[in-house]
Amino acid sequence: MDRSGTMLFADLLGRAKTRIMADWSAELERANARVPGRVSTQELVAQGREVLELLQSAASSGDSDPTSAAYSRLRDLLAEMSRARAFQGFSPTETATFVFSLKKPVFDAFRTEPDLSPDAMSAGLWTATTLIDGLGLFTMEVFQKSREEVIIRQQREISELSTPVVKLWDGVLALPLIGTLDSERTQVVMENLLQSIVDHTAEIAIIDITGVPTVDTLVAQHLLKTVAAARLMGADCIISGIRPQIAQTMVHLGVELNVVSKATLADALALALQRIGRRVVSASPAPAVRASA
Amino acid sequence: MPAPRSEVLEIRASDDIVRVRQRVRTASVEVGLGLVDQTKIVTAASELARNTLDYGGGGTAAIEIIDDGGRRGVRIVFEDDGPGIPDISVAMRDGYTTGGGLGLGLSGARRLSNEFDIRSSPGAGTRVMIARWK
Repeated sequence: MDRSGTMLFADLLGRAKTRIMADWSAELERANARVPGRVSTQELVAQGREVLELLQSAASSGDSDPTSAAYSRLRDLLAEMSRARAFQGFSPTETATFVFSLKKPVFDAFRTEPDLSPDAMSAGLWTATTLIDGLGLFTMEVFQKSREEVIIRQQREISELSTPVVKLWDGVLALPLIGTLDSERTQVVMENLLQSIVDHTAEIAIIDITGVPTVDTLVAQHLLKTVAAARLMGADCIISGIRPQIAQTMVHLGVELNVVSKATLADALALALQRIGRRVVSASPAPAVRASA
Repeated sequence: MPAPRSEVLEIRASDDIVRVRQRVRTASVEVGLGLVDQTKIVTAASELARNTLDYGGGGTAAIEIIDDGGRRGVRIVFEDDGPGIPDISVAMRDGYTTGGGLGLGLSGARRLSNEFDIRSSPGAGTRVMIARWK
């Protein structure tokens, strides 16, 4: 029954293709009118035509399993479309509607088929509906996976973004920290700093926390551990960028950072330069300018 | 996004602690807390959320905007079904920890809040309430 249903469906797609396509175009146009601007109706219809063509040739193999080899070209096409939609910011519903909106035109075509026995009609409809469902679900899966790829890429971007160790001067490194500091990411950031201290034979490392919104006991503990580790490696740490509200909060929390700290990165750099025996002097006769970051 | 009157957040992973902090911040901005008070209550919430996760094995944080007729404030209730705390007065002591932290989370959270209430007994989980008024 399965095979005959599939053949019936393939025959129908062959015979009534023009009509199904016309109906489907109307459906697609209607769906697209609700969310204008992202993809043109012509483009949708062109994609629809291609899908229908591949669906017919796949179904005429007699195979009704959308995950089988016969459907691989169709799946590739749908995957490509779905991925593009995920990146363009389509909603899952909009993406799935593209495939599911084929149902009505196909059902209508079956209904108006002459001389179809109820059994044959039922078999054909069953195949059509399972196939379209299968393809729709496949579209969603690709969509979901693509969205996850976007998220993973962004996560990677964020973690790279926030871990640069900057060399400010010979022997002076700066680590500008940004964002949440209580994740495993912190571990990576701190290890980066310690490795950079070795690589640059740094004497002073400035940890700037201007971009850290919350300093709680765990963050403080991470900072203290890093400072202690750096000290064992022969480098002194200066913490800069503790904002007034964070300073007050830390005092209430009872956290003591037994580390030299400065309000701004500029002050910290000035102190670092002084420690390594450098001075910033103005090129006369210009007015004196303090080192600024 | 308008902060809802009351909202219950699950605390199951360390990402959830970040979410708790963000929602507490949104709520404290909404009631008009100053920058220092915002930072205090967010930091206290961060400590307690982490306790809920690390010691309580996960639980919930209920964030609520409170109003006593003139003043507004933010109240957060942390609840877990973990092992509980055998001796609260010891746990509240500065520097006391069973988990390798600084031992300042619980006592610090009390100092950062206007209201603080803790209930716990061994085997019956822990419930901590903090509030900060404008």
